[in-house]
Amino acid sequence: MRQVKVRLTAVAAALTMTVAVAGCGGAKSDAGSSDAPAAGSKGTVKLAINPWVGYEANAAVLGHLLEKKLGYKVDKKNLKEEISWQGFETGEVDAIVENWGHDDLKKTYITDKKVAVDLGPTGNKGVIGWYVPQWMADQYPDITDGKNLNKYADLFKTSESGGKGQLLDGDPSFVTNDAALVTNLKLNYKVVYSGSEAALIKAAQQATAQKKPLLFYFYEPQWLFAKEKYARVKLPAYTAGCDADPKKVACDYPDYVLDKIVSKKFADTNSPAFQLIKNFQWTNDDQNLVSDYITNQGMTAEAAGEKWVNEHEATWKPWIPATS
Amino acid sequence: MSATVTDARVPVAAPGEDAPAPGPRRPLPGRRLLVPLLLLVTAGVYLAVRTSAPADGDGAAARFFGELRDWVDANRDTSPLFLYGFNYLRLGVSLLVDAIHGALYGLGWAGLVTAAGALAAVVAGWRTALLAVAGFLSFGVLGLWEESVDTLVLTLSAVLLAVLIGVPLGVLAARVPAVGAALRPVLDVMQIMPTFAYLAPMTLLFLIGSPAATIATLIYAIPPAIRITALGIGEVPAATVEAATALGSTRWQLLGKVRLPLARPTIVLAVNQAIMMALSMVVVTALIDAPGLGQTIVQALERVNVGAAFDAGLAIVVMAVVLDRITTRAAHRAAPTVHRSVRVRAVGPLVALAVVVAVTVLGRMSSWGAEFPAAWRASFAVPVNEATRWVEFHWYDATEALKNAVSAVLLDPIETVLTTTPWWLFLVAVLIFGALASGPRAAVVAGLAVAGVQALGLWQHAMQTLATVLVATVATMVFGVLFGVLGARHDRFARVLRPVLDAAQTMPSFVYLLPAVALFGASRFTAIVAAVIYAVPPVVRLVERGVRDVPATVVEAAVSAGSTPRQLLWKVQLPMARRGLLLAANQGIVMVLAMVVVGGLVGAGALGYDVVAGFAQREDFGRGLAAGFAIVLLGVLLDRLTQGAGRRADHDRLRQPAT
Repeated sequence: MRQVKVRLTAVAAALTMTVAVAGCGGAKSDAGSSDAPAAGSKGTVKLAINPWVGYEANAAVLGHLLEKKLGYKVDKKNLKEEISWQGFETGEVDAIVENWGHDDLKKTYITDKKVAVDLGPTGNKGVIGWYVPQWMADQYPDITDGKNLNKYADLFKTSESGGKGQLLDGDPSFVTNDAALVTNLKLNYKVVYSGSEAALIKAAQQATAQKKPLLFYFYEPQWLFAKEKYARVKLPAYTAGCDADPKKVACDYPDYVLDKIVSKKFADTNSPAFQLIKNFQWTNDDQNLVSDYITNQGMTAEAAGEKWVNEHEATWKPWIPATS
Repeated sequence: MSATVTDARVPVAAPGEDAPAPGPRRPLPGRRLLVPLLLLVTAGVYLAVRTSAPADGDGAAARFFGELRDWVDANRDTSPLFLYGFNYLRLGVSLLVDAIHGALYGLGWAGLVTAAGALAAVVAGWRTALLAVAGFLSFGVLGLWEESVDTLVLTLSAVLLAVLIGVPLGVLAARVPAVGAALRPVLDVMQIMPTFAYLAPMTLLFLIGSPAATIATLIYAIPPAIRITALGIGEVPAATVEAATALGSTRWQLLGKVRLPLARPTIVLAVNQAIMMALSMVVVTALIDAPGLGQTIVQALERVNVGAAFDAGLAIVVMAVVLDRITTRAAHRAAPTVHRSVRVRAVGPLVALAVVVAVTVLGRMSSWGAEFPAAWRASFAVPVNEATRWVEFHWYDATEALKNAVSAVLLDPIETVLTTTPWWLFLVAVLIFGALASGPRAAVVAGLAVAGVQALGLWQHAMQTLATVLVATVATMVFGVLFGVLGARHDRFARVLRPVLDAAQTMPSFVYLLPAVALFGASRFTAIVAAVIYAVPPVVRLVERGVRDVPATVVEAAVSAGSTPRQLLWKVQLPMARRGLLLAANQGIVMVLAMVVVGGLVGAGALGYDVVAGFAQREDFGRGLAAGFAIVLLGVLLDRLTQGAGRRADHDRLRQPAT
């Protein structure tokens, strides 16, 4: 009990102090977040980890370089995309290392609130689309045109699709217009969320191995495409601005230039960590290699990052800031 | 360890509300005919007016919440409400978390293990101390030391706050009837509200991170703290109070010297329950960036890695067992009748403190104290994953067939009927049948909940969720009654069952999703399976208790009258255990609802998906928040309709907390 009392007193003291420091201006939403050590001296870098393995690959390599080459501590936080952006405001997150578009969030957090900064492309090209296993494209050649999907809706019926065809999506937090697309393209389909990338991949592999029909949301960079073939279903072509209103989207997904976003505070330090993330650029093949290590070779993200770093010095050497 | 999470969900009737338990209801004349007749009429009306189940649009409620969010987002750093209100709350809580974090990490792993042992030795005895040391060591052995400590930090912060706020409120509720009456419905709703529904409003007010997680956990953990404290204070014998008053005690003296000391064991039990509730919530808060074991579990879910989740789930169970034992033993010792000599009371803590300090200093100075030794690692992940793969591979056809059959034969028809029923017809049916089953008051409350769901503009989704909940509840009751009866009739079976139930009740609900997903993929059936696993343990307990509570004399009389074991069960034990069964159904259905909603993470759709999406996609925020409220209303509806006679029976249960 004594210890508890001591702790309480300490907390009370700290509280009074902070309140005094914060003064009469009230507490801003980033009050109390510790951002001190990031400046110059080696501190902690807080990386958001979004839930797909490609993202993890970026973070694994960057994390390894930050820790082993630059001497930082890396704090990885498993967060969904939009929630990571909220972290810029509170100081919970320093960097998002693979961002997919999110123009609305860029407007809010970069333009309006000025708590985040765009650090440019990761070098990865992002593709989102609807896919079927290759055997289906072979057996039903016209299935790869979205206009013919209704003809095949019966093939894709499952216990979950309520008499319609099933369109299998991933994590509900992923970038997707699928629900709106199904409505606006008048497709006789229902979107079912598998809940994760892993579940999507499992379903895709099953569909290929057991020749089961499957229509699913998928994306590149993706290691699976190197192992098995899937055919993309064509939707009405993307034109600039056709996805402006998320409820009225009736066109395919754009090609994404994946980029890095960091918090304003982190950027202002201009630390080696910031420089490294700014310089980081690699190819889809690079990412897929690391993703494959993590997914199929039983490596932890840390081990995969280390292996890649050991084998690709020429790629990462230029990222390391000159000053360190 | 049966005083676990769900026991705390049992609503406690406030002291002084000892309404006479209603005896078996006397059937009204004509009632036998009335019910089938009403059923027929309802079915007829349904056939005449059913709708085509129009999809839910973005209702006014969803738009309102969306705008609310935009306003909060724009004014978080300018509005006085946030500048001087919520932001300070957030700051204060984050300081508390940081302080506890600093203290626990400051001890180092060796120091913390010793501290846990020492604390247990002082308040609960040396056996518990051994358990505590072994338990804390196991976190490191599982390779989850930091995650476990982070979880412990959040749990302790939330429980500390829950006790600081809850105990005074509990005392107030017991002493001032108006406060008690005002608190009761609030606590009712708080306990029905599924953990999931808390998160979106929390991030709106407190953003993401540990403070929001602590506050969400606090809200979840505080109702039992308030209720059990109120119970303890209310149970202080009137004679003792009178004696003290006669001796001239002031009101404050009465409280400080008589009521609180006498209620101490019960108050420690309140702490115990708050800890158990907090542990089950703290994992869910990983979704809003709380550190700890929850992160491991969420990540395992994203990778469909059953083994990794198993390790983390095990760590939570161990933590729950250790904290539970320490606090339950402490509750026994806190009884004012147990007198120990002054010397023992003073020396024990001093020795314990000295040992902790010594180990901490040693650990911090030596190299092995810096990190938990990697050589001691052990993990169940690999065998568990292998077993899962084997089952997936060999049972695929069977699991697929089962899923499809249940979906086609049960789930889809029920869902169709519910979604095509116009809301007003549903409302009328709830009012009529609710009044017959649970009385007019409960029916009115349930009816208001139905109207509320409709007003939120989420009728279709609510009905889809309800269909899943109904199917899962039926399955839960079937398994629960089966195992409960077996447990009541065979002591050996009960002995084997008990530790399994204990563990199952402390596993965080997320963990159950994993085996279900591995077996059944993304579907409503997955949510049903997870919900059944989650809700069966308390149902088994209540059924077993109900059957065992049938007076021995009655059983003997029936046996001597020539009843076969089967007759004994169906004609005597089960009918007499009716109240236990009703209570079990009431508990079961509320738990099933909580889990079905979590199933939104794995393709169960409907309200659960709305909440998940609202949480993760900006444009869905308003709808997600509305769905959270709809879930609460659905909970109120189900709770009121099933409370029936069951509600009263629980009063005796908490009087004699099981240990």
